[in-house]
Amino acid sequence: MTPTVLPATEAVPVVELRGVAKSYPGPPDVHALLPVDLTLAQGDYLAVAGPSGSGKSTLLNLLGLLDRPTSGTFLLSGVDVAALSEGERTALRGHRIGFVFQAFHLIAYRTALENVALGRLYTDADRKERHDAAKEALRRVGLGHRLHSLPTTLSGGERQRVAIARALVNCPDLVLCDEPTGNLDSATAASVMDLVEELHATGITLIVITHDPVIAARANRRVSILDGRLAEHRPLTVPETA
Amino acid sequence: MSLPLGRFRRRQPVVAPSRLSGRDLVEESLAGVLQRPGRSLLTMLGTVLGVGAFVAVLGLTSTATGQIGKSFNLLQDTTVTVNDIGASQQADSGNGQYDFPTDTDSLLARLNGVVAGGVWWNVQLPDATISASPFSTSDAASSIGLFAASPGALAAMQPTLQSGVLFNSFHNSRGEHVCLLGAPAAQLLGITRIDNQPAVFVNGTAYTVLGIISNTQSLPQTLLGVIIPSATALKEYGPPSDNPAQALIHTRLGAAQLIARQAALDLRPDQPQLLQAIPPPDPTSLRDAVNTDLSGLFLLLAAICLVIGAVGIANTTLVAVMERTSEIGLRRALGARPRHITLQFLTESTALGLLGGLIGTSLGVTTVLATALDRHWTAILNPVTVLPAPLIGALIGLLAGLYPALRAARIEPLDALRR
Repeated sequence: MTPTVLPATEAVPVVELRGVAKSYPGPPDVHALLPVDLTLAQGDYLAVAGPSGSGKSTLLNLLGLLDRPTSGTFLLSGVDVAALSEGERTALRGHRIGFVFQAFHLIAYRTALENVALGRLYTDADRKERHDAAKEALRRVGLGHRLHSLPTTLSGGERQRVAIARALVNCPDLVLCDEPTGNLDSATAASVMDLVEELHATGITLIVITHDPVIAARANRRVSILDGRLAEHRPLTVPETA
Repeated sequence: MSLPLGRFRRRQPVVAPSRLSGRDLVEESLAGVLQRPGRSLLTMLGTVLGVGAFVAVLGLTSTATGQIGKSFNLLQDTTVTVNDIGASQQADSGNGQYDFPTDTDSLLARLNGVVAGGVWWNVQLPDATISASPFSTSDAASSIGLFAASPGALAAMQPTLQSGVLFNSFHNSRGEHVCLLGAPAAQLLGITRIDNQPAVFVNGTAYTVLGIISNTQSLPQTLLGVIIPSATALKEYGPPSDNPAQALIHTRLGAAQLIARQAALDLRPDQPQLLQAIPPPDPTSLRDAVNTDLSGLFLLLAAICLVIGAVGIANTTLVAVMERTSEIGLRRALGARPRHITLQFLTESTALGLLGGLIGTSLGVTTVLATALDRHWTAILNPVTVLPAPLIGALIGLLAGLYPALRAARIEPLDALRR
């Protein structure tokens, strides 16, 4: 075992939250997220549902290493991220986490291929490798024919596919989708979710944050969040996740 | 098997740190600059004007002063005089001294860069009578001077002959009684043609007139006089008394300074201190004097343009940072460290400055060349000012980008991505 590579055993959960909470100092103190315990194994597909202001975004920011919890322990693939420096957290984010945003966040003046390759820019020194990986990721999301299109010429669904390809290009441990269908009509949303589920079928660990119960219902694990309090639903139809 | 990796992970990097190579940095920055070419061009305008003005002012000044130095006095630039200071010191004693060797002409002619050179002096004769007939004492002729000149000095004067010929080294070496007349002197003496071999009488001694000189480039005072060969003058009247002899040297263009340094030693290697060569004013020092006067104000204007350019770049970069907040947030989410963001925006502003500097330098050089062509001048561009000019633009861009770039690095990905 080399020291920098963690064992990819199923025994190490991708995400392990132990009493993780986030509050913003007051007065009065705002408890955005009350202590949460959550464990995600490799290949899990979790939906986080809840109305706006419920603490969904706070949870996403904590999971995406964009914010630090006030208390509790967060292990990402077994690594305690609280002990890391900001630079190490940034590197870990780049290597291990893929983001899909509601607003896509594609750079308008770069081609689809360049946008996807950007996902590897800060972690991979090899240009050719970056471009090959980007092409492969775009093919995976069904956009192999639009490599050199600018985002402005793509439809909403295609843009979100590019964003998904960017999230995948680094082969992350965890893909975080923040309202991935929020800007899409329902037909397009369904096809994007089909893609997300196809990817999940290949073994990717997914967290989808949504306020749409239809989207949330498609996941094999569901938690809902209300006023910072997390509750897991035991799905009746999919008993094997228990 | 589940090891508590959190315990001993502390000193080991979990993953390789984020990276960004210079090439990737430049590529990302250029894409940023080129995304809005129109705006980038407008942003560069201040730098273009500033650097362009800088290059044009320096180029035009050096071209113009070069031209001044060149046309200032072509004649003076090619004339060296050698004074007989040994004779000047002896002048009080009354007995004339003459420190030039007899073969001065050939000694000077062998110097590389000399076109012609020789000795001349004003022959002072008490109660001299100069006339066209042996016994006439016309008042009009009393203003006519008597000059002695070697054939070399004669050539160095660059005379224009109206008629006849110049005397040569043959006449000089034999001490022949021949002379040349300046056109005004000839008129005063009533001599209009030389084909009847007229003579001029100096205190009764006849000198055959060989030619009449209508004009000279140097020593115009000889036009109102009679010029006899220097050897003849020495034989007849002895060395010059009141006005010491002088050597007049006509050099090739650019050789005057060199000849001035060599002349005394060449003529009198035994006692060079007896002679003193006077070079023409050095064109370089003249040029520098003009330079300082002219360009100061324009350089100040160029500096003001550069400051305006810097403000322009700073402003645009700041606006770009605001506009691209979500891009910055995205890059941070994708693993970019704050320093990568800083470097990217710094490189963008530096590239803007450098491009502006390059365009400005081109425009400046074009201006100088066009002006020089229009005036038929020689364009003079100093590489020391032209080559670093684009770098001035780059420096302006770098400085202007500092604040926006540091501000960009402080943007929290959290806030940026929520937009």
